[in-house]
Amino acid sequence: MDFLRPASWQEALAAKAEYPTAVPIAGGTDLMVEINFDHRRPDALLDLNRITELREWETGRQTVRLGASVPYSRIMEHLRAELPGLAQAAHTVASPQIRNRGGVGGNLGTASPAGDAHPALLASGARIEAVSVRGTRMIDVDDFYLGVKRNALAPDELIRAVHLPKATGPQAFAKVGTRNAMVIAVCAFGLALHPDRRTVRTGIGSAAPTPVRARVAEDFLTAALADGGHWDSGRPPAPSVAAEFARLVAGAANPIDDVRGTAAYRRHALGVLARRTLGWTWQAYREQDRSPACA
Amino acid sequence: MTAEPTRGPRRLTRAPRAAQGVGVSVARPDGTLKVTGEFAYASDMWHEDMLWGHTLRSPHAHARVLSIDIAAALAVPGVYAVLTHDDLPTSQTRYGLECLDTPVLADGVVRHHGEPVALVAADHPETARRAAARIAVDYEPLPVVHDEATALADDAPVLHPHRDDHHAPHVRHPNIVHRQPVRRGDPDAAAARADVIVTGTYTVGMQDQAFLGPESGLAVPAEDGGVDLYVATQWLHSDLRQIAPVLGLPEDKVRMTLSGVGGAFGGREDLSMQIHGCLLALRTGKPVKMVYDRFQSFFGHVHRHPATLWYEHGATREGLLTHMRCRIVLDGGAYASSSPAVVGNAASLSAGPYVVDHVDIEALALYTNNPPCGAMRGFGAVQACFAYESQMDKLAAELGLDPVEFRRRNAMSQGSRLPTGQVVDAPAPVAELLRRVKALPLPPERQWETAGAAPDVRALPGGLSNTTHGEGVVRGVGYAVGIKNVGFSEGFDDYSTARVRLEVAGGEPVATVHTAAAEVGQGGVTVQAQIVRTELGVQQVTIQPADTRVGSAGSTSASRQTYMTGGAVRHTCEAIRERVLALGRARFGGTHPAWEHAELLLEDGKVVTEAGEVLAALADVLDGQAIDIEQEFRHRPTQPFDRMTGQGFGHVQYSFAAHRAVVEVDTELGLVKVVELACAQDVGKAVNPQAVAGQIQGGTVQGLGLAVMEEILVGPDAKVRNPSFTDYLIPTILDTPTLPVDILELADHHAPYGLRGAGEAPTLSSTPAVVSAIRAATGRALTRVPVRPEHITDTP
Ligand SMILES: Cc1cc2nc3c(=O)[nH]c(=O)nc-3n(C[C@H](O)[C@H](O)[C@H](O)COP(=O)(O)OP(=O)(O)OC[C@H]3O[C@@H](n4cnc5c(N)ncnc54)[C@H](O)[C@@H]3O)c2cc1C
Repeated sequence: MDFLRPASWQEALAAKAEYPTAVPIAGGTDLMVEINFDHRRPDALLDLNRITELREWETGRQTVRLGASVPYSRIMEHLRAELPGLAQAAHTVASPQIRNRGGVGGNLGTASPAGDAHPALLASGARIEAVSVRGTRMIDVDDFYLGVKRNALAPDELIRAVHLPKATGPQAFAKVGTRNAMVIAVCAFGLALHPDRRTVRTGIGSAAPTPVRARVAEDFLTAALADGGHWDSGRPPAPSVAAEFARLVAGAANPIDDVRGTAAYRRHALGVLARRTLGWTWQAYREQDRSPACA
Repeated sequence: MTAEPTRGPRRLTRAPRAAQGVGVSVARPDGTLKVTGEFAYASDMWHEDMLWGHTLRSPHAHARVLSIDIAAALAVPGVYAVLTHDDLPTSQTRYGLECLDTPVLADGVVRHHGEPVALVAADHPETARRAAARIAVDYEPLPVVHDEATALADDAPVLHPHRDDHHAPHVRHPNIVHRQPVRRGDPDAAAARADVIVTGTYTVGMQDQAFLGPESGLAVPAEDGGVDLYVATQWLHSDLRQIAPVLGLPEDKVRMTLSGVGGAFGGREDLSMQIHGCLLALRTGKPVKMVYDRFQSFFGHVHRHPATLWYEHGATREGLLTHMRCRIVLDGGAYASSSPAVVGNAASLSAGPYVVDHVDIEALALYTNNPPCGAMRGFGAVQACFAYESQMDKLAAELGLDPVEFRRRNAMSQGSRLPTGQVVDAPAPVAELLRRVKALPLPPERQWETAGAAPDVRALPGGLSNTTHGEGVVRGVGYAVGIKNVGFSEGFDDYSTARVRLEVAGGEPVATVHTAAAEVGQGGVTVQAQIVRTELGVQQVTIQPADTRVGSAGSTSASRQTYMTGGAVRHTCEAIRERVLALGRARFGGTHPAWEHAELLLEDGKVVTEAGEVLAALADVLDGQAIDIEQEFRHRPTQPFDRMTGQGFGHVQYSFAAHRAVVEVDTELGLVKVVELACAQDVGKAVNPQAVAGQIQGGTVQGLGLAVMEEILVGPDAKVRNPSFTDYLIPTILDTPTLPVDILELADHHAPYGLRGAGEAPTLSSTPAVVSAIRAATGRALTRVPVRPEHITDTP
């Protein structure tokens, strides 16, 4: 096995172009497990750890450009205000040791339906900055997940960063696992309120071949909030609305039975999470100052 | 073999005083090393020029092995040897703890997923692994038996058609390893007197020991044609007895030394890499190291027997048990391992710590194509405890009685008789243990509520996963109590050996202890040194590495090592003390009348009278001479259970623990947070109170794991579906509740210092207490462990 250690981003891109089968390694918290399990034995590894800019982020006026290798622990510590959904998701990942190494780039690279960053990225409307020697393209998160552990990256591309809109309203992430820490999701749900656009977005994890949005549920809730004048009044949506939202979220999933849980339970649990996260985010929305200047 | 009667401990009127002696929480020597990562485990061993061994395992649960082609593996550069069944050196090619039914390497048939088929030795572990992948094995899959119905069908494939073990003539189907009935009284007549009768069928999933240090060892070929084996195990001499014959070597040519053990819990009673490593070392003439990775480890050791338990209990309106009937079916998997003894335990302890005079009990273990099951902490008593404690709750509810009060009315006490007819002739404070856990204050409610706005999710079901902020959360409280036997039962000649040397070094008396007792993390070496300090009055005690140059210590299991090897050390120290006093009398007898008449003790490096008067310094008595004695120690003999009635003095000692569980359940999601799990246990004498509390807390958490998460999932194809810590979940610190421990010390006068084996009892009652609390919170019947969210939310 060859081990390529580019010293700079340009070198990394050149190496990936020259050896498209070389597998990038960032925190290694997914990849080393796969190697250990003998699930894959790449010919070459492309070590990204010398490229410091991958561990940095820039906060712009409306977006955060999050370097692919910013560890979860940094997201939790420093980006809780700007990216509350992702910060909450980061906190549910693994253990402190893993959170100190793993990051969103690796989660996207693996593109497991159980990756915890995905529901938060879907709910916030992130874009992935994919770069190769050929140039840079921005991939909408909605177009990124192609199948079980398959993503939209070309063989010569690397993820440079993820661009996330700064939260304009409350966001929540919740995941079900049969242990109270350090557990892979049985199912997970992310919800983001976007008061600036008066929309909501969702993300479902571990309950379909890829991370997915519950679009019908989003449309339903967006309409219900508008029709009821909730954005202005702050009044919580009626229980019947919450129940319908929950039903539609559960219906958006396409889960399977596996060792972690049954399909029926996953649907059931998603409904519960949808209802609860709606309650929490709406409560937070009411409590925060809703004047546009503060958005 | 007739048991050599053991001289009872010479009873001193007053216990010797010793700093860091018996009864003190002496710090363990390996503690700091382990938490700082410096402790050398078996997997850390290294030898110049060593090779790495790798095991090729069967992907099928049941298949004929039509051919094995090793040519491609042998051709890999760096490979030194590839071995299959055909390469075994003698005609004895099977081993086993109780029955010689386990092939060293698959012999024409594989009977479970993960069975070893071939071995590779190479100069790098990766090379060995790749070479193993190139071994071409042609399998013809066979139908699998995976439960009672398929195993005992008339046309079921017989897994071991040529059985010659001593249980074989007595079973009605060859796929039954062993069956033990226990009958006493007249259950039919008693049932007629019952005002209420409750029945239930309970299921226990397959738990894994999940020790953190995977199976590892280093085999070094010796010039005399023998082999030196360094290995993490639970019982060196039992390994030796199984290893030597299949290597074709006399036992003295296989020299074993214990290496650093990272936990055991029963999972190292059976052999793993021992024979394989030796075979490769003897074949290649080079040292061979084998370390399982976690995946291999899940296939490399036996698990706790999954069980289906049917129970019927009756009681009068006054809340007294009339009778009990039960049928316990244990899945032994493909090989016998210790299944017969597990059956004996399950049968004899199936009534729990209760007085029931009329019983009809049947326990049996099956041969199936599931993974082999054998010893795990609690050993047959765990499965039974979950069932009978569930029944106790059900009966109490039926009678409208408080569950603790109902148990109290039926609790056994000293003098009570077990279903086997054995009288419990030592304290049995069952009611008192329950009373104590019940009397504890309950933990505060709604501990997740904080002064700030956001709840502390760590205190809620779901924990860090942020699934509830209090919605759907209901508290429940549950109780359970259990009974576990200590030591090896059913007439087994159970003994331990200790060699102790007392001499003077640098003017100070010092002692050296040599035993073969496996320190697996329980603190045995600490306890041995404490006993020597107390008995011989020396401060400096060296514990030698455990190896087979000294006699057997028996197994580090069955809660027995403090009793047995502790007892052997004490016993040997008593012999040394007598020699010291004889020397003293010879040297100084004339100087003081007390030498002839008084009871003399060794304290603080001196010979003293009971009143504390110093007669001589040990150094002067020894005068350059060393006293070196090796002795065996036996507990009192037991008897086999009668094959038809199960009657007999089968067990040495009993150990009791009770738990109260307080849980918070997210009733909508089915997630559980155990808030507190309090345990009261009688340990007879806490030789090292801190170590005892550690055992109680560890056992309690292992029982919690079985209650809510730990299970090896095996499909109907008998294949293991979750052989990794990704999906075999064990409790994290956030799943671990507050664990109040209340230790009783009611002496058992049959045992050294009155102590009672402590390691297993807390694993029993923990599980049913947690489930009882979940039932209280949810109202669900919950007849299966581990309880899954699906069961709590009633989703398919
Ligand atoms: C004990 C343990 C527990 C875990 N628990 C969780 C959990 O609870 N939730 C969860 O979501 N995950 C969990 N994981 C998985 C893992 O930690 C995460 O997926 C993490 O985000 C991976 O990040 P990494 O930097 O370590 O990725 P790596 O392992 O380095 O890489 C993962 C994949 O992404 C690719 N990749 C990495 N960086 C780039 C890049 N810049 N451009 C293109 N491709 C790239 C790699 O080639 C590889 O295919 C756990 C892992 C372990 C070991």
